[in-house]
Amino acid sequence: MTHGDPAHQGGGHARVDAGDGHLGLDQAFTSAGPAGPAAHAGWEAPPSRKGFFTDTSICIGCKACEVACKEWNGVPQDGIYELLGSSYDNTGALGANTWRHVEFIEQRTPMAGLDTGITIGVPETAVGPDVLVSEDILGSMARSVHDKPLVDLGMPAFDLPSASPDAGERTEFRWLMASNVCKHCTNAGCLDVCPTGALFRTEFGTVVVQDDICNGCGYCVAGCPFGVIDRRIGQKAPLVGHSDKPVTKNAGVAQKCTLCYDRLLDDLTPACAKACPTQSIQFGDVDELRERAEKRVADLQAAGVMGAQLYAEDPEGGVGGAGAFFLLLDEPEVYGFPPDPIVTTADLPRMWKHAGLAAAGLLAAAAAAFLGGRR
Amino acid sequence: MTEGGYERGQQEVGKAANPDINEAGPKNTTDDIGAIPGTQGGGSAAATAQRTAGGGRSEGRGDGRGGRGGRRKRRRAEEQMVPDATFTSYYGRPVVKAAPWEAAIPLYLFMGGIAGGSSLLAAGADLTGRPALRRGARIGATGAITISLAALVADLGRPERFLNMLRVFKPTSPMSVGTWILTAYGPGAVVAGAAEVAKLLPVRFGVLSTLLDWAARPAGLAAAAIAPGVASYTAVLLTNTSTPAWHDAHRELPFVFVGSAAAASGGLGMLLAPVHEAGPARLFAVAGAAAELAVEHRMERSMGLSAEVLHAGTPGRLMRASKALTAAGALGTLLVGRRSRVGAALSGLALLAGSACTRFGVFEAGPASVHDPKYTIVPQRERLNRRRAAEAAAGQPPTGEASPPAQET
Ligand code: SF4
Ligand code: SF4
Ligand code: SF4
Repeated sequence: MTHGDPAHQGGGHARVDAGDGHLGLDQAFTSAGPAGPAAHAGWEAPPSRKGFFTDTSICIGCKACEVACKEWNGVPQDGIYELLGSSYDNTGALGANTWRHVEFIEQRTPMAGLDTGITIGVPETAVGPDVLVSEDILGSMARSVHDKPLVDLGMPAFDLPSASPDAGERTEFRWLMASNVCKHCTNAGCLDVCPTGALFRTEFGTVVVQDDICNGCGYCVAGCPFGVIDRRIGQKAPLVGHSDKPVTKNAGVAQKCTLCYDRLLDDLTPACAKACPTQSIQFGDVDELRERAEKRVADLQAAGVMGAQLYAEDPEGGVGGAGAFFLLLDEPEVYGFPPDPIVTTADLPRMWKHAGLAAAGLLAAAAAAFLGGRR
Repeated sequence: MTEGGYERGQQEVGKAANPDINEAGPKNTTDDIGAIPGTQGGGSAAATAQRTAGGGRSEGRGDGRGGRGGRRKRRRAEEQMVPDATFTSYYGRPVVKAAPWEAAIPLYLFMGGIAGGSSLLAAGADLTGRPALRRGARIGATGAITISLAALVADLGRPERFLNMLRVFKPTSPMSVGTWILTAYGPGAVVAGAAEVAKLLPVRFGVLSTLLDWAARPAGLAAAAIAPGVASYTAVLLTNTSTPAWHDAHRELPFVFVGSAAAASGGLGMLLAPVHEAGPARLFAVAGAAAELAVEHRMERSMGLSAEVLHAGTPGRLMRASKALTAAGALGTLLVGRRSRVGAALSGLALLAGSACTRFGVFEAGPASVHDPKYTIVPQRERLNRRRAAEAAAGQPPTGEASPPAQET
């Protein structure tokens, strides 16, 4: 096997070394040529890369996306009426049976730290119209908020601040909600390590498992730096004959979000984005979404929401920029995201080199053992 | 190798470049990761997990494993290495997922090591006229690789689709590379082993037996040529993951694994061959054991935070057993291996057991390091903070992402 020249590839992308040998993109296996990952994977004249911009600042935690995804894709249930007892999130994590996952983070943080520009149902945090975004998709929404009386949309809270005279002072809780999903990485660990080719790069630049190819080796599960993909547990169809037990679809096979590949092929919006009532999940061309995200985060920061940050969007980041990226209101680990994910294959050439040296050492030791044992 | 649309997702290793600079030495993990402004702040992972009653879907995977004693020891290890590591997580739930692998996989690693080492010993014995060692090593290699493959297939979610592994060749997937290594290695090892078994049988099969005898040496040598790869690629299989304790060991684990393979196969040779033929097996075993112990020690230094899991709970017990057995086996080999058949056999058994404990211990460390999100979050947070500091120092305007959330009182 030959590997790429382990010298720096040109390109002006060199990052400041953080001191542990990780340099970002130019050290990684790059799937992103200038033409994008689909072209890199061999598609001729692919359509523009599709993805999600999930703006968690306007997520209301309704879980419509989670349900829509289950419905459209026929994803089986995880269990019956499981209550995790930690928050309104009773799903827990992404997995083989959860391709969209709505997270609820309850923080003992003063509400003043969370001026998101969103005023629905929380009158006290209303900010001036000058702060509100006027051009982007939020514009009309924000304006309508100011035109109409405020309504309670059922934001989860123990006490809706000042909703009733009994509620007393506003509590120190704040809620963060985020709809998590597969990132459809540019440098996708799951795709890199899949030994069967079951995972593949679609013409839309997304990463999809072929259910009929995957042999359930489970390598992708450990390969994903975000803990997204998992092997589905369940009753498998018998190899021969017929079984009376109910069979779980795709049991034993790795499963995750397909970015609704079937819908994309028919020019439809993915089910989760379609169902999202606040446009927290925005679907579209990645380039355009990236612009929108940058504008949105700048607006929020200008409005004083200093925690606002984009996550997984940076093309120079550890996964080469994701097809599905996020606007977060706090540090990534608060949402259960890895703070600085780097695709594991970024270190693979070095690993192969060390394995080669170790193999050579073993061979030499064996030879020496026989030469030395001659005596 | 690639036709049609299905394989389009693969990437070619040749197109990637990895500047192999900055072989990082021991990582500094003693930084205090303070509570992040604007969040709930710190608390150790154990505390977080307790607070949330181990929520999430990870229950049953290692939670409470090791019992009270294990937890106490683990606390001690934490206190030693990261006095004040506090970090934020989502209800203490894992960030990455552990591979859904069970005991079959460490068994496969162990058997693969025996097979690789034994084929080398068999080839050497063949070339230097040691028939008993050759016989034991060839049959051992054949048996081990058969068990190894069976374990690998059994652990698949869809074992009947095993051959799908042979649809593609992907250098980015150590499992793909490994499958092809085994495919290249298996036939030679099996032919050489079959020739030895045929010689043990009371009957001969005419021209078939002659053919087998003739093919044994080339087949054995061909297997030996690939055997080092069989013994070493399994390390990359584990390290090329997002599993902290595995990935962090990527510099040393191949050397630990080949050392373990040499110790185990040398031990098997000492068990199966008479003392006067087993000299090379003894040398091989002692060299392997020494390398394994030394490099494993170094690995624990260079891994950083996740080295903790090698000292706690089940992986901790296995690694301690591995060190004790390997050292005892090597010592026994040096002291009595040359003089006593029984002593040699016992030393060989200790080396085999030590190697098995290494594989199971390193394997178990993976899920343990996933289960506690600390091992994923803290090193990444430190790296991010270092990079932000370096970027700030380099005079680049700090990005919006770098500025801390506003704290108001
Ligand atoms: S988030 Fe994980 S599962 Fe999704 S593309 Fe990236 S590596 Fe694959
Ligand atoms: S489980 Fe399936 S999709 Fe995942 S790496 Fe294995 S073969 Fe590929
Ligand atoms: S894109 Fe489709 S598969 Fe992916 S989370 Fe949304 S609905 Fe589910």
